[in-house]
Amino acid sequence: MIADLGYGILVVSFLTALYSVFAAIYGELKKLPNMVESARRAMLLTWPLLTITAGILIYLLTHDHYEVQFVYEVTSRSMPTYLKVTAWWGGQAGSLLFWSWLMSAFTSLVTFKKWDRDREFLPWVVAVGGITLAFFLGMNVFFENPFAQLYQTLDGITPHTFQPAQGVLFTPQDGRGLNPLLRHPGMIIHPPMLYLGFVSFVIPFAFAMAALISGRTDDRWIRLTRRWALWAWLFLSAGLVLGSRWAYDVLGWGGFWGWDPVEIAAFMPWLTGTAFLHSVMIQEKRGMFKHWNMLLIIITYDLVIFGTFLTRSGVLSSVHAFAESAIGPMFFVFIGLTLITSIALVIHRWDSLKSETKMTSLLSREALFLLNNLLFISVLIVCFWGVIYPLVSELFTGQKVTVGPPFYERATGPLFGSLMLLMGIAPLSAWGHSTVKTLGRAIWKPIIGAALVAAYAFATYTHNIIALVGFFLVALVILVTIYEYGRGAYARQRSQGENIFTAFLNLTSRNRRRYGGYIIHLSMMLMAIGILGIEIFQVETQGTIGVGDTMDLSGYTIKYKEVASWDDNASGVNHTRAVVEVYKADGTYLGNLNPRKDFFFDTQQPMTIPGQLASLKDEVYVLLVDWEPINQAGTTFKLIINPLVNWLWLGSFIFIFGIIIAAWPERAERAEARAGKRVPQASAAD
Amino acid sequence: MNWDSKKQTLPKAFYVLCLLLFVLGSANSVFAQGKEPTDDDVNRIAKQLYCPVCESTPLDVCPTEACRQWRDLIRQMLSEGKSENEIKQYFVAHYGARVLDEPPNRFVSYIVPVIAFLLGAALLFRGFRMWMKPAAAEAGPDEEESKPVAQDDYIQKFEEEMKKRE
Repeated sequence: MIADLGYGILVVSFLTALYSVFAAIYGELKKLPNMVESARRAMLLTWPLLTITAGILIYLLTHDHYEVQFVYEVTSRSMPTYLKVTAWWGGQAGSLLFWSWLMSAFTSLVTFKKWDRDREFLPWVVAVGGITLAFFLGMNVFFENPFAQLYQTLDGITPHTFQPAQGVLFTPQDGRGLNPLLRHPGMIIHPPMLYLGFVSFVIPFAFAMAALISGRTDDRWIRLTRRWALWAWLFLSAGLVLGSRWAYDVLGWGGFWGWDPVEIAAFMPWLTGTAFLHSVMIQEKRGMFKHWNMLLIIITYDLVIFGTFLTRSGVLSSVHAFAESAIGPMFFVFIGLTLITSIALVIHRWDSLKSETKMTSLLSREALFLLNNLLFISVLIVCFWGVIYPLVSELFTGQKVTVGPPFYERATGPLFGSLMLLMGIAPLSAWGHSTVKTLGRAIWKPIIGAALVAAYAFATYTHNIIALVGFFLVALVILVTIYEYGRGAYARQRSQGENIFTAFLNLTSRNRRRYGGYIIHLSMMLMAIGILGIEIFQVETQGTIGVGDTMDLSGYTIKYKEVASWDDNASGVNHTRAVVEVYKADGTYLGNLNPRKDFFFDTQQPMTIPGQLASLKDEVYVLLVDWEPINQAGTTFKLIINPLVNWLWLGSFIFIFGIIIAAWPERAERAEARAGKRVPQASAAD
Repeated sequence: MNWDSKKQTLPKAFYVLCLLLFVLGSANSVFAQGKEPTDDDVNRIAKQLYCPVCESTPLDVCPTEACRQWRDLIRQMLSEGKSENEIKQYFVAHYGARVLDEPPNRFVSYIVPVIAFLLGAALLFRGFRMWMKPAAAEAGPDEEESKPVAQDDYIQKFEEEMKKRE
């Protein structure tokens, strides 16, 4: 009964979203403002409706309604309540509903805005947001109903939306339980972050389409949505970072990024989103590359949908699984239609999107930003090709292949290196014009500094040429960024008479996007140190040792002390935990580690949790190898030394901090939001 | 008699041959025993392989029973003296190219991104040339056109300050 109510409200939400689309378009075309207002209100209504739907699903999840197929698949009696709630996005039907709920929240939030100055955008923003929402709700209503119930019929126990003839409701005693890998705190927050990022990028896309359809193709749509784009980027970045940390902590292979297609699906819109964030600055400052910005936001939007399609359609297993999947072809058609329509609109408005100024120098900031875009798009093409190559191969040759990390690392390495070089040069170039002479004058000192750092690394740390180039580039970017910061703060100190610390703070707060951006650059270099460390210097060994025995690797020794195994019946888990001591080569005791293996009874799945001893120099990462027998006589450990990896996590914190600084509205924008007025020269400080 | 003597000499040759084979065989097994593969030897190869069932999980870290058997097979083949390539080829022959961490035809996998990058770069530089030509023509002798656009008020003031000092 409750499940039926949930499905009923889901259907009403779907119809309301559809109504908002038709009312918005019809109202605008027939010049009926009341109709457009009705569309706006319908869109606002979708969020409370979907909140009730979600509330019903959460009630079913937390009250063990195993007659509901989704509840049966993702929860079990032994799971704590908070995990039952977060199981909402632990399966296909629930995660699609979660997507829709966030989408309706964001679209509703946008429609709350005062539209006086941007009235022509309103119907089209509602229509585009509504189409996206209706599509995802349609997937739930027609193919992936989270409220479908299990019925005993002549064909066995099968899920149905409506009670079949001669069918009897079937309630299993217990559910299958959530995949243990998804019970980690990182994995609980990671999907909502990614979804928030995905959904937020729909808003700039909706405004871009509104600009194209209404013909108001100046940079107003960019000014209105640049914070949305930054917040979208923040959420997507946070989602990727959390996912990486989760992989590092839970997957038990000593790495943080496996170039898995699911990871890449989230990484691709991040790449185009990053290119977009840089490229829109050129349009704001110089009125250039309007076509390109439109294309970038269109690609980002379709990559958001493509990412969901990749992970939800079964296409990654095989093209045949995709063909058999109910939602796969629908996603495919939706991506195709939105892509074709959006590009047709860009072509339709081609002339009005022409640049207002000309490029005057190959070394100008805008030229370097464009080069940055080329590199980001190249990384995107590597990722896209790597993901679809197995499908292409299977489709055309019948041969299934795997595209693993070696391909991605070889193909993207030089591109990421080039991006770092650009990060070092671009902040020193000027908008409009730069020459080799002016740029050379600014950069020679940082280059010498970076060369000294690389020389120091050569003398004390490594002779690996790739690592040395990497350290040189990291040092260059850091020095250039500090130089830029220092230059700005010094100028402010001179002109405003402030002390250097106040000047530094005011500089950042007066121009958040620029200096927030520099913090992001700095944090990325810290992350780059960690990535260079783990990719180039990681070493590992595996062996079986008895209690009291030791294992050595790269200047570290682990000593096996004991192992214990016990059942935690309340949580439905068996824990096997070892105690190992870690020593440096000279015998200095560093600490104890507790690598462990958890076995979940409900899902019959194991999980390997490493013991980690972190420092900025190295991380000692010990795994209980879970496929080997464990006993007091001998236990198999894998010992991994991950040099410098903690710079990656330190950089990640600063990275998120930098995005928050950049995304936080300027004082003028906050005033605009309060007063509902447009702020002239909104980007003057950029 | 002659026949008998021949009959007696044949076993001698046979014994010599057997002894030779035994010595060689023993030497081979001594070699194999001396090089008993370690977990690290097995993982070095397993890292490059994926079983067809466990998607995106390299064989060296996959906890399933099937993958454990594959690792045991690698260990056995290593102890038989098989090379890394021979072992990988064995798995490809039995389970298809998808067990490798890279497509066998590397040319096809790498050429597409390379062509895309070159095309993008060519388009970009063609664009640069197109944009620059009219700009240069329009700018002509006008010095103002080539002046940098102010990127930050404070920095501009700073630059002016520095010029005054010079």
